[in-house]
Amino acid sequence: MAAVTTTTTTRVRPTGRRPLSPGRVLAWTAMGAIVLVTLLPFYWILRTALSTNSGLAAHASDPLPVNPTGTGFARALGLESTKDAIAQGGAGGGLKFWRYLLNSVIVSTLVTVCQIFFSAMAAYAFARLRWRGRDKVFALFLAGLMVPTIFTLLPNFVLIKELGLIDNLLGIALPTMFMTPFAVFFLRQFFMNVPREVEEAALLDGAGKVRIFFRVLLPMASTPVLTLAVLTYITSWNDYFWPLMVSYSDNSRVLTVALAIFRAQTPQSGVDWSGLMAATLIAALPMLVLFGFFARRIVSTISFTGIK
Amino acid sequence: MTIASSSPPSRLPLSGTEGARTKPGTEPGSGGSSGGDGRLAAVFIAPALVGFVVFLLWPTLRGIYLSFTRFNLLTPAEWVGLANYDRMIHDPIFWESLKVTVEYVVINIGVQTVSALAIAVLLQRLTQSAVLRGIVLTPYLMSNVVAGLVWLWILDNQLGIGNEIIAGLGFDRIPFLADETWAIPTIALINVWRHVGYTALLLFAGLMAIPNDMYEAAKVDGASEWRMFWRITMPLLRPVLAVVLIMTVIGSFQVFDTVAVTTAGGPANATNVLQFYIYQSAFGRFQFGYASAMSVALLVVLSAITVLQYRLTRAGQTDLG
Repeated sequence: MAAVTTTTTTRVRPTGRRPLSPGRVLAWTAMGAIVLVTLLPFYWILRTALSTNSGLAAHASDPLPVNPTGTGFARALGLESTKDAIAQGGAGGGLKFWRYLLNSVIVSTLVTVCQIFFSAMAAYAFARLRWRGRDKVFALFLAGLMVPTIFTLLPNFVLIKELGLIDNLLGIALPTMFMTPFAVFFLRQFFMNVPREVEEAALLDGAGKVRIFFRVLLPMASTPVLTLAVLTYITSWNDYFWPLMVSYSDNSRVLTVALAIFRAQTPQSGVDWSGLMAATLIAALPMLVLFGFFARRIVSTISFTGIK
Repeated sequence: MTIASSSPPSRLPLSGTEGARTKPGTEPGSGGSSGGDGRLAAVFIAPALVGFVVFLLWPTLRGIYLSFTRFNLLTPAEWVGLANYDRMIHDPIFWESLKVTVEYVVINIGVQTVSALAIAVLLQRLTQSAVLRGIVLTPYLMSNVVAGLVWLWILDNQLGIGNEIIAGLGFDRIPFLADETWAIPTIALINVWRHVGYTALLLFAGLMAIPNDMYEAAKVDGASEWRMFWRITMPLLRPVLAVVLIMTVIGSFQVFDTVAVTTAGGPANATNVLQFYIYQSAFGRFQFGYASAMSVALLVVLSAITVLQYRLTRAGQTDLG
């Protein structure tokens, strides 16, 4: 069952060590260019965040931080007084960074935990339980894959409004909290491939089906569940359109929305790039750290399953 | 069999002839009791089913209904028949935004698919380093908002490093996001930067299903890498490529975030993509009925494209085995 993680090592490399031909040099150069284009913007965020705005104006192309300082971060974290922030060319309005961070964490955690758990239960019912109408209901779920998100956003907004959940974190989380057709589909695939002997052995030991699900199948599915969970967390964390529709105040403002507002607040002439890049980095950091922890497993799972 | 060891084509959501494998009675553990697991299944499926009906099925039907109404959120929806659709057909801004969206999709998908394919093949034929795969995926961890802001800064007319380099090379500075001609291609490329690694990994998954002996045999016959790409890789990857293409096109049509934080539809409606126009109509002018009608139009366009692409690329068939 551990094949998901071990495939990396068991696959035979298609290319062994070979002398460097001009073609391979060219290919490696291309690879290098790709890595550069991928990573340089991240360095540029850091370099800008650590610079002062006046320094940026004077030395626009300096590869190192200009007049290194932490004021950009102080502004982004709302640690600087409004007067100082404006003097620095920053936003005049208050920025409740920690509130936004907390909101993002609450929404993403709620969505991820509930969605994966409920989807796993449904996936188990679709894959391993016998019930009438199962195939029809599953076909309906599959059809749900085809409906583009944009289409359900407006009616969902109307619904959330009728439920009185506008400007409420639950209102942001609710539409994706119970399931996505993809999560159900993906986990069902895994449960269907678990050998029947595993279940039969557990049944012989006197375990009920509920117990089999929680004690045998769910633990076996830890790698796909983990990958799905991290990707769901990232998607939820990065979502902008839906939270933008639902939140109106700091009560429910998540980081992506706050970031766009921070940008809108900075003066059009002489944008506070240093503060903006610091805020950008802080908003992106949790996902980079999360990915750093699970990168290997996630990359392998995507690479070998083509998870969408 | 595990997820890892079966072939990727059958894993992708749209390629499935999954129904065939789920005939009742073929699954284990039912123990032959004629009643099945109805009660337990009902409990297990309930939360997901509630979520599905309330937040997916019902909104879909309601969205279609709202498109036939005048609705501003404050008063009850008022049935107006085809008025919204009539208005849409005669709305030059709608057609303009559809045109801009198509332009965006063509550039975005064109560049992204070719680059992702190149990256995937490099990852397959050159090295299978997991570190490199991880690096390629990093921009995907950023939100569209972050990606938009970073590139807004890099491409800034005055101080952006991109324009500094262009000026340093002796060319004129390019107002990437402030110019009507440049804005859409620029936004399309920003989103390529964010998504190409993920698409590359999906294609890489497809490439891993191609047996290595094929390349070995071709090499013995003296085939070049170029020839192997066209004779082995492309034909065998086609089904996966087709599914990935359908998925990315659908995603691409729904561009919103990047536009919202970089250009907000401007300059002069040059980046007023359909989704942005829908958002503006609903939340800027509170014309929910009209916005819903445009959503229905988008749904129809996307469905037509999906069916067409599926047919043209024969996505369901595989050349493997």
